[in-house]
Amino acid sequence: MVIMRWFISFVFICVSLSVKADLVIEITKGVRGALPIAVVPFSNKSGQGLTEDIAQIVADDLLRSGDFEPLSRSSMLSLPGRGEDIYFRDWSMLGQRNVLVGTVTYDASNQSYKVQYELYDVQAQQRIVGKVIGGRQNQLRDIAHAIADSVYEALTGNRGVFSTKIAYVTLEQGKGKPQYTLEVADADGRRSKLIFKSPMPIISPAWSPDGKRLAYVSFESGKSAVYIQDVSSGVRTLIASYSGLNSAPSWSPDGSKLAMTLSRDGNAEVYVLDMRTNNLKRMTDHWAIDTEPSWAPDGKSIVFTSDRGGGPQVYMMDADGGTPRRLTFEGRYSARPRFSLDGKTIYYVHQRNGFNVAALDMETGQSRILTETEMDESPSVAPNGSMIIYATQRQGKGVLAVVGVNSGSKYTLPAQFGDVREPAWSPYIKK
Amino acid sequence: MNVMSARNILALVFAAFIVTGCASTGSTEGTETVQQSDTSGSDASATGLGDDSGLSEAELAEQQRLAEERAARAEQDALREVRVFYFDFDKSTIKPESRTYLDAHAAFLSANPNQGVVLNGYTDERGTKEYNLALGERRAKAVQDYLRFKGVTLSQMETISFGEEFPVDAGHNEAAWTKNRRVVIEYK
Repeated sequence: MVIMRWFISFVFICVSLSVKADLVIEITKGVRGALPIAVVPFSNKSGQGLTEDIAQIVADDLLRSGDFEPLSRSSMLSLPGRGEDIYFRDWSMLGQRNVLVGTVTYDASNQSYKVQYELYDVQAQQRIVGKVIGGRQNQLRDIAHAIADSVYEALTGNRGVFSTKIAYVTLEQGKGKPQYTLEVADADGRRSKLIFKSPMPIISPAWSPDGKRLAYVSFESGKSAVYIQDVSSGVRTLIASYSGLNSAPSWSPDGSKLAMTLSRDGNAEVYVLDMRTNNLKRMTDHWAIDTEPSWAPDGKSIVFTSDRGGGPQVYMMDADGGTPRRLTFEGRYSARPRFSLDGKTIYYVHQRNGFNVAALDMETGQSRILTETEMDESPSVAPNGSMIIYATQRQGKGVLAVVGVNSGSKYTLPAQFGDVREPAWSPYIKK
Repeated sequence: MNVMSARNILALVFAAFIVTGCASTGSTEGTETVQQSDTSGSDASATGLGDDSGLSEAELAEQQRLAEERAARAEQDALREVRVFYFDFDKSTIKPESRTYLDAHAAFLSANPNQGVVLNGYTDERGTKEYNLALGERRAKAVQDYLRFKGVTLSQMETISFGEEFPVDAGHNEAAWTKNRRVVIEYK
């Protein structure tokens, strides 16, 4: 009941029709205190039917962030397409703080759409944002996500992440033969694109800092090897296939180096490959397992998992090497650390009763548990730091889930078939 | 202090392994000798068949010895049928109950130095994928070390870890996890 009071719980299902590897968003926990906003269906003056409901995509994006509570369309008293048609008193009566309106037009000469949108403050009756975005039919979703980003930034002061991507691995058990796929989809799970497919495992996808390439581990040769693949061209490069493990790739913030785990010298150790000079440097030297390296955003240190203390715990070392310092002390299992982009928090997997995503505050040294199911792993931080995507299980199936770091909002992204795991949230993608 | 004592323990364990290793190398050579005499023994009995005039006591003893050897070999073959070895959560210690079977594999492999094996290491689904990949490798290497100290050459053995991939039991409970934490010996 307390939870009921604190959270407006509802399930919001948006069914994806086209591609089978798309993920379906199911919002499991909204947040009380989310900002009410009316996203009015955009007025269609294009003279033709639209393949996408732009305003709906914007509203869904804002809802998922956990920071907004979009008004349902059935509650709207009017559907203005332009600022001058807004009756502020109506929206005020409906308890709305902001109204987003828009109009879509079409230019047949260059086959492109123009979407004009305006964001208003209801109380001040003032326009906060007024912009025009253009694009072709296959860019309507991009336009919608860009509008959501601009609304989010105008009202929260933080950059939105609705135009970013997520990479993930799906596993389908075909007729006795598993099939692994590496996919990249929009942050809302739609428009998935196949990156690589194999009957052998694929794990640990990691985005390059420019969002153009993915490093990952593929067992296609029968054992682990690290590859880098260009997302748009599909060109693959074999990076490491030494004897033993070749795994856990992590890009340095400047994109010039790749930290990874190799066991070519006997057991799992962290190495750094300088991709400009091809120089490979061994970073750890211990009989214990050292793995799951991840760079600090300033590039000066590397966090990793080691069981040198008896069980897996999180350690940090200088990016130049040196003696590692242990960061986690609670419990018997803390692993796979990932920095927040401001470097103030480390997200990792912690075993209490089950396995959960935890956040370690680097200033206070305090940890808190962010998730509450049994098998939560592989946390990956959205580039604005507001949300964490992670892998978990629901009814025995692997699904992805997202939790708002501060809002506590939650949603899941199950695959329509099979399991989905190993999520990696892209950085802001440089065009 | 902890690290120091851990190292000391490791050194002790290593020393113990070397001692066991030497002892078992000796016994392996012994096995080879037995097999050589086995061959010459059967040659002898083949010539003996021509002038059959009842079996001497020595011949009876020889036949019994051969029968025992066959039985022992059958028993060894049966022991080698066991190719999956299980581990506790986050552990790579070989369980005492695995040793008899591993010893049979070791004896066979050291007697057949051209026979190669792949040691495939796996974990259960709990914990992180990359740590589990390393843990699977450590399990495979634990088996490799054991076989090595029992006389198998390093070049006969390859270790591969798949971590938590390819579970034998896809369930999400202790019964499934117990089956999935394993090393599988695969003969090439």
